[in-house]
Amino acid sequence: MADVTIHAADAPAGDDAPDHAVHHTTTGLSNNKLAMWLFLGSECLLFGGLISTYMLYRGRHSENLGPDQVWDIPFTSVSSFILLMSSLTMVLAVSAARRRDDRNTTVWLCVTALLGACFVAGQVYEFTTFYREGLGFTTSLFSSSFYTLTGFHGVHVSVGIVILLSVVGMIVRGRAPSDKAELIEIVGLYWHFVDIVWILIFTLVYLIPA
Amino acid sequence: MTTDAQSEHPAHEVHPQGGHDDQHHWTDMQYIQLALALAVITALEVALSYTKDDFGSFFLPLLLIMMAVKFFAVVFYFMHLKFDNRLFGMLFYTGLFLAIGVYCAALLTFHFFSP
Repeated sequence: MADVTIHAADAPAGDDAPDHAVHHTTTGLSNNKLAMWLFLGSECLLFGGLISTYMLYRGRHSENLGPDQVWDIPFTSVSSFILLMSSLTMVLAVSAARRRDDRNTTVWLCVTALLGACFVAGQVYEFTTFYREGLGFTTSLFSSSFYTLTGFHGVHVSVGIVILLSVVGMIVRGRAPSDKAELIEIVGLYWHFVDIVWILIFTLVYLIPA
Repeated sequence: MTTDAQSEHPAHEVHPQGGHDDQHHWTDMQYIQLALALAVITALEVALSYTKDDFGSFFLPLLLIMMAVKFFAVVFYFMHLKFDNRLFGMLFYTGLFLAIGVYCAALLTFHFFSP
């Protein structure tokens, strides 16, 4: 693919504009990307609050239903590995989109959604197992804060899967915007954010002893 | 699937005002290597959690350092923040530091630091 150099003065406009065209905005940056980073900054606060609450209440449980009794570290480690690899497939989708390789973009987006679905399925299985062991949402402050934190994260992953599949649908039907690479990069930012939140949860919730 | 030869060609060079510096885009192989490194660190974290008694007081700092390395590796390279416009980083880090502030405020509220 030939190198393309675009400068503010000679950037083409309209549907024929190449990917990553210079944005004619006040900041010179893409407003969509700016909005996504602003959203992710606010999401830091949401998860900061939830993680803080869990860390404060992690010791408030009955003797036989605490973290050390219910955690299945090998299983959660595999889930973490799956989500980490989904970040890799997401970045490969972004890379393919920059090359305007629609086929590989679609394939990597589908693989990312599939890995995300595996992670959510693992979380549902984990929640079901904990519930059968007697750890309900209202059993203790520990269980409430744990289910709220990991549940919110699971919802974020599920929303991410819906967004990924929507983008795949748009590409397949030819309804994706002209700046496809930017759209996929923005979706990728959301997906990677979900991954970094899990990096924190995995260490702070699962690996550090109560 | 994707080949390195394809991805080694810089896709587009864009004016810095666009918020992108595509000369810093990694090849697919570099992304794969980073992902493998992150997987190895995750394995080390898990191994460390099983041998925490051997590491004594070093256990917690080691675990937190590995967590921070993974966190910032994804933010810098997968999210491309290291090479992107500084304004994006400011927005994200503001949220991140406020979140840490929320945690400290919560600890103070619950008298976590009181003897």
